[in-house]
Amino acid sequence: MTWASALALSVAVAAAAGLVGCFAVMRRMSLASDAMAHVALPGIGIALALHVHPILGGMAMLLLGALLIWTLEQRTRISTETIIGVVFSAALAAGSMLATGDELIEALLGATGALTASEVALGLAGSVAVIAFILTQRNRLVLSLVSADIARTSGIDVARLDLLYLLAFAVTVGLGLRYLGVLLMGSLVIIPAATAKILARNLDGMLGIAVAVAVLSTVTGEYLAAHLQRTTGPVIIAIAAGLFFAASFVRRR
Amino acid sequence: MVASVLEVESLAVSFGDVEVLKDLSFNVSEGSALAIIGPNGSGKTVLFRALIGSIPHGGRIRWASGTRIGYVPQKLDIQRDLPLTGLDLLRAKTSVSGAPVTGIARALELANLDPGIAQQAIGTLSGGQFQRLLLASALTGSPSVLLFDEPTASVDEPGEELLYETIHRLQQQQRLTLLLISHELSIVYRYATNVLCLSRTKCPHLGPPREILTPETLEQVYGTPVKYHHHDHDVG
Repeated sequence: MTWASALALSVAVAAAAGLVGCFAVMRRMSLASDAMAHVALPGIGIALALHVHPILGGMAMLLLGALLIWTLEQRTRISTETIIGVVFSAALAAGSMLATGDELIEALLGATGALTASEVALGLAGSVAVIAFILTQRNRLVLSLVSADIARTSGIDVARLDLLYLLAFAVTVGLGLRYLGVLLMGSLVIIPAATAKILARNLDGMLGIAVAVAVLSTVTGEYLAAHLQRTTGPVIIAIAAGLFFAASFVRRR
Repeated sequence: MVASVLEVESLAVSFGDVEVLKDLSFNVSEGSALAIIGPNGSGKTVLFRALIGSIPHGGRIRWASGTRIGYVPQKLDIQRDLPLTGLDLLRAKTSVSGAPVTGIARALELANLDPGIAQQAIGTLSGGQFQRLLLASALTGSPSVLLFDEPTASVDEPGEELLYETIHRLQQQQRLTLLLISHELSIVYRYATNVLCLSRTKCPHLGPPREILTPETLEQVYGTPVKYHHHDHDVG
């Protein structure tokens, strides 16, 4: 794997996370998104036990998790936050029982080491798919977030759009599992978007700032982590969190 | 005879064991204005949400083919501090409805909203500006029917008068059919073709304002005497 393809993958995953995060933050899913990332853990545990690629296990579990949330949302009147909070804290507990020792630490905080060419290719394909989804559906996503009733009268199938968004979210979290781990990938989705929400004056601004913060944190985080010989994930999130706090201080007005 | 835009037959909506609407039937003819009144909890907003297909219901709701609905909810589902501007909403609505972007300027003009105001974040708008923005958003899809849920709930009194005048003028100019939930009985008296009066306990009443907005009917429906002012010469 070349240096350039690793950089391209980091940038693509970060951009996808920034874009997906904007809608998660606007839909009041911030805490829920963090918890949702945890659902990958039992998947990783099962994959390791079966000698399958751990990310495949994590991704499969995330997609199942997205389907489960969506079904519960459609059938019950419980809020998404509550559903995700309960189901996925349970997933974290189950996952910690399935994975042990170093495996558990890697799954939680991300692993170092080179990616294979097929991992890079799949990661790029997934990121591009998520970015394309958000950019082509942004008007539908905005309308259904502003008012589901206005969206319905404009011909949007709101339930279907919700499902697609949750799947895009799950894919995004899955893409970052390798470097950031279960605990921190949710943060790369939420923190840049939360920073953008503070600074932006309109939707274009929010999407642009979120992508910029996510990419900047990821690229500088990877460089610094290599330089300081630290695990990558925590450094990336520390930088993103630093930018968030800086933004809170310089906030407009 | 004027064609019906909407036919509702034996409509029923329940949440769990609670029946909110029961055996409700009415027609709305093209170009008319139907006002829906009734005390809190009588199912006015529920009726609207059933009409637009947002909640499951029994009975039959039939919109004339080719009907384009512009829905103006009482409030939005978003937090006030989002960096979403009025223009972001209008652009999203225009794009989803497949309407031309040039329609935004026209919709703002019709709704009597300053384009500069539309560039502000939605959460910073005043009650009146906010309602005008929602009206503009409903107008971008060139609707044939406007559904308006308590347009002036968060608007001060002069603003209220102005907003109703805007809606009334639009209805006449654009030949819109209007369904309006309102608690402003004097406005209802002045502008509505028909009034549908919902009640938690009694059967619904339907008829022209002159027949429905009588002290007897109102007291029956609201459970207490209701006063409002109207000027007969305004009714035409």
